[in-house]
Amino acid sequence: MNAPSDFLDYGPDAILMAGLTGSNWRLKDYAARGGYEALRRILAEKIPPEQVVAEVKKSALRGRGGAGFPTGLKWSFMPKNYVGDKFVVCNSDEGEPGTFKDRDILRFNPHAVIEGMAIAAYAMGATRGYNYIHGEIWETYLRCEEAIEEAYAAGLLGANILGSDFSFHLHNHHGFGAYICGEETALLESIEGKKGQPRFKPPFPASFGVYGKPTTINNTETFAAVPWIMRHGGEAFLDLGRPNNGGTKIFSVSGDVERPGNYEVRLGTPFATLLAMAGGMRGGRRLKACIPGGSSMPVLPGDVMLATDMDYDSIAKAGSMLGSGAVIVMDDTRCMVKSLLRLSYFYYEESCGQCTPCREGTGWLWRMVHRIEHGQGRDEDLDTLNSVADNISGRTICALGDAAALPVKSFLRHFRDEFQHHIDHKQCLVAPYV
Amino acid sequence: MLNIEIDGRKLEVAPGSTVLEAANALGIYVPHFCYHKKLSIAANCRMCLVQVEKAPKPLPACATPVTDGMKVWTASEQAVTAQKGVMEFLLINHPLDCPICDQGGECQLQDLAVGYGGSSSRYREAKRVVFHKDIGPLVSAEEMARCIQCTRCVRFGQEIAGIMELGMIGRGEHSEIVAFVGRTVDSELSGNSIDVCPVGALTSKPFRYAARTWELARRKSVSPHDSLGSNLVVQVKGDRVMRVLPLENEAINECWLSDKDRFSYEGLNSPERLTTPMVKQAGEWKPVDWQTALDVVARGLMDIVGRHGPGALGVFASPHATLEELALAGRLVRGLGGDNIDFRLRQVDFRGNGHAMGIPWLGMPIAEVGTLDRVLVVGSFLRKDHPLLAQRLRQAAKKGTQVSLLHSVDDDWLIRIAHKAVVAPSRIPAALAGIVAAAAQTRGVAVPEALAAIVPTEAERAIAASLASGKKPAVLLGNDAVRHLEAAQVHALAQLLADVTGATLGFLTEAANTVGAHVAGALPQSGGMNAQAMLADPRRAYVLLHAEPEFDFANALAARSALEKADLVVVMSPFAHGASYADLLLPVSPFTETAGTFVNCEGRVQEFQGVVRPLGDTRPGWKVLRVLGTMMNLPGFDAESAAGVRAAVLGDTPDVRARLHNGTRAAPVRPDATAVPIERVADVPIYFADPLVRRAPSLQRTVDARPPRARMHRSLLETLGIAEGGQVKVRQGGGEAVLTAVVDAAVPPGVVRVAAAHPSTCGLEGLSGPITLEKA
Repeated sequence: MNAPSDFLDYGPDAILMAGLTGSNWRLKDYAARGGYEALRRILAEKIPPEQVVAEVKKSALRGRGGAGFPTGLKWSFMPKNYVGDKFVVCNSDEGEPGTFKDRDILRFNPHAVIEGMAIAAYAMGATRGYNYIHGEIWETYLRCEEAIEEAYAAGLLGANILGSDFSFHLHNHHGFGAYICGEETALLESIEGKKGQPRFKPPFPASFGVYGKPTTINNTETFAAVPWIMRHGGEAFLDLGRPNNGGTKIFSVSGDVERPGNYEVRLGTPFATLLAMAGGMRGGRRLKACIPGGSSMPVLPGDVMLATDMDYDSIAKAGSMLGSGAVIVMDDTRCMVKSLLRLSYFYYEESCGQCTPCREGTGWLWRMVHRIEHGQGRDEDLDTLNSVADNISGRTICALGDAAALPVKSFLRHFRDEFQHHIDHKQCLVAPYV
Repeated sequence: MLNIEIDGRKLEVAPGSTVLEAANALGIYVPHFCYHKKLSIAANCRMCLVQVEKAPKPLPACATPVTDGMKVWTASEQAVTAQKGVMEFLLINHPLDCPICDQGGECQLQDLAVGYGGSSSRYREAKRVVFHKDIGPLVSAEEMARCIQCTRCVRFGQEIAGIMELGMIGRGEHSEIVAFVGRTVDSELSGNSIDVCPVGALTSKPFRYAARTWELARRKSVSPHDSLGSNLVVQVKGDRVMRVLPLENEAINECWLSDKDRFSYEGLNSPERLTTPMVKQAGEWKPVDWQTALDVVARGLMDIVGRHGPGALGVFASPHATLEELALAGRLVRGLGGDNIDFRLRQVDFRGNGHAMGIPWLGMPIAEVGTLDRVLVVGSFLRKDHPLLAQRLRQAAKKGTQVSLLHSVDDDWLIRIAHKAVVAPSRIPAALAGIVAAAAQTRGVAVPEALAAIVPTEAERAIAASLASGKKPAVLLGNDAVRHLEAAQVHALAQLLADVTGATLGFLTEAANTVGAHVAGALPQSGGMNAQAMLADPRRAYVLLHAEPEFDFANALAARSALEKADLVVVMSPFAHGASYADLLLPVSPFTETAGTFVNCEGRVQEFQGVVRPLGDTRPGWKVLRVLGTMMNLPGFDAESAAGVRAAVLGDTPDVRARLHNGTRAAPVRPDATAVPIERVADVPIYFADPLVRRAPSLQRTVDARPPRARMHRSLLETLGIAEGGQVKVRQGGGEAVLTAVVDAAVPPGVVRVAAAHPSTCGLEGLSGPITLEKA
């Protein structure tokens, strides 16, 4: 395990996570770091909501939850003249294997999220908000409860915030740990007290969200970036990264590295730099493969990865996606069949079962990979795996189906020989890790 | 309007239409499982994926709204590849043993697998096993491994039946349809989940493994039960009715059937069926041929009429009998010079008789019920008496219709109720008067002097305000209102309320042919005795047409005693009953074995043909009556077919609407304020309501067919000093019954709910009125 101080070193370029010690999460500490300045200024100067949206658009902030959708554009989808409550929802249901950044943000800098949500609510005319927190992180939930209490007590949440006519009521909602509830419409169902199953879109949440009201859902890290943008300007945020890839991003580096952990770097930072921040490969081994964006994104071979920069567009060009920023590093002792087996089991286990291709297909994929791993593969299995994955992707209600199919396709694309070896020789190509 | 092009064909559709609806309008079939036109859209089966121009991936036709200029291909390579892919997924865990599946031959999955499935499976892994469930006597969930998780049954329960008795538990591959732990599916509409299930997961328990669909002839018919007259497809093998399915008729039953309509056919094959005429000689029942039997009847009737006059004969007919039977029964009585015939066997107050301005009916087409915006239902066990009419009101209430009720029990109709007044039966006229007074006040109109000093309660005011605020209000009188001790007053007050609020007045009407019985003249027309009078002043001879005195009369005790004293009792029924008082049993056809006509509550004349040959020596009732009339040389028995009899009743145009009118000339009087210490309210339970359904074994195993209990408010039980679940002796008139006492919060204080039409309660006198209770 890393020492606490070590643990909170997010890197030299950190803005969101800069100066965090683990105990300076309270309102007064956040305020000392310049927290709530942005919200105060917006309310004091009565900055028009459209201007806030324009600033976020200018920053090229893209959704940090996985899809990378431009945040400002998403905000502009909210109906302007809607009569009645509008909602903003923070998706803190961080469940993607390999991803553990939102938990850190909520534990060590919760007020950044609260302020970000309040600014977002102001920009979109929302009056109510929910922060949906993953079910398996109890301490984080309790901390968020305390933070919200502090914000209410300081008049930063509730009716007539800071004496203005802007009111925003924010609540934490503790989930139950289902991966599917990280899908935004399943999350809305879950908030409503229903079984977490995605809704068919359209209608989109912006017109029919939680309780049927217009709703915008953003990731924790997205909201957390908003106060900085409003304080320093969209331009400054954009300049931290690359065009169309504004700002910094927290990467959760895990796997075969010396110092696994969260690292906040500028978008566009070379992968090699990130890897070095994480202490390099464990035991100096060779980088065999890396999943750059969380378990549902395509795996890339090590050499491709080493030539890639960490931003949305570069990783897409390399053949994968930045996703939630979970960098899973695998060295040359990793069996790719066994790795895929683990991923396939996850999606099989987490499929909600609502729609046919995912409910039936994820089990099929897992069973085939399971057979191959256990020396019972057949020659036709690899083609069948590919074809079943094809039959799932793009045919489901939500993206979980795609998430299950993409790893299968990419593992087979880049490491087919390993799978073939398992089928032909009923054993593994790589030496087991000891 | 939006323009869309599907498979190269152009169409204009209304905004909000889906691609699937547009395709349907063009007659293009898009394969689907989870989509059902009457249910909400789930888009979970993914079978209806189609190619849409500019869409990067195939979209589900059922859930994709049409946009202007959209181009869709339902059978392009992209679409068909997607559809075939989904079909493969549906089949990998579905048992591929169609030959031993009860759904085989009528399975949507099987049908579509022919077009979209492979000839063999690529799936080599273990198949999913889903355990069977017992969800009650009607719907079989024995084969849940066949379920494709389309959730149609779940949505049917939530949206149509109004109660979610089935749900999906588990996630992913472990998802399965279950009822609540230890509970069964008890909705009176449950059988429809069999129809909506596209596979062999939910099937009909009574029909299970009884026949294959292709062995069955499909014949149209009309339900003989409630006043809706649901259209049926009766499926027949040889001369046996094997199953009943809905015949879709948007104006009547839509695509649904109540369980009573669907499963009562089992009674047709009951061992209690009478197969040959029987005559009682010296206390012994002897089978005889028809000639002998009719000879005995004809001579017996002529003899009694000859000796005691035509008034000595009384006929009790059931409103479940056909128009033809009822018309000829009337002609028989009148041909002999009498007029004592009635079908209103559960009615007790006939004071409104001379005042009625026409035949009582629904007051509007059935389909219009869904378009009302304010409804007050008075005195009705709506959900059980009229399951599908209740369903229409349920849908209307979801769209904003305010449904209010005035009744003596607060049963859950699974309808959002706007306002309600639940009062003792004796208080119903007063409550109705209160609503009238409040409505008059709201509308600023005067009320008759008799109602002048009435001070409405809060609930009565609320109901009145709701009705008065409507654009299309209605006041509907249920079966219990018609059976009320003050039925004439209830009618007069309801009419006044309708007048004051501009509402339509309607009668829900009791049975399949209640309106038809009026049309056929099966009630006194020239000073004859009504059902009540024929019992109060017993006749020498009785003819019972499809009616069973023990269960079908308001006062079963009086009915039995009158019949036992009579010199001659002729029972015309498909079933052997009345051995103790009858002299002859004549086997007449149930609705499946005769041509006939029912006129439903909206005045729709529905003819039907026999679907099977009569069982044994059973003969259609109209034929028996015709021969009997001819043997006695009575006029009007010449018609040689059911159609001929019908034509004689209805004329050339079978339209009875001109004769329907709910008005009464009776004036409201000030309601009686005399308090009744303890009084009875009696429902006629859904599965005891007529002779056929009483003999349907599967329905008799449902929760709704449990023996009656004495249900009362906790305060009453405490006053009596009886523990819940203890035995209580119930006395009404000269009869008594010992029942289990239970607390029922739906029953107002001072009222005991004791269901009628059951052997355990048919010794009681009257369906309402004072009743005494003591610890047994």
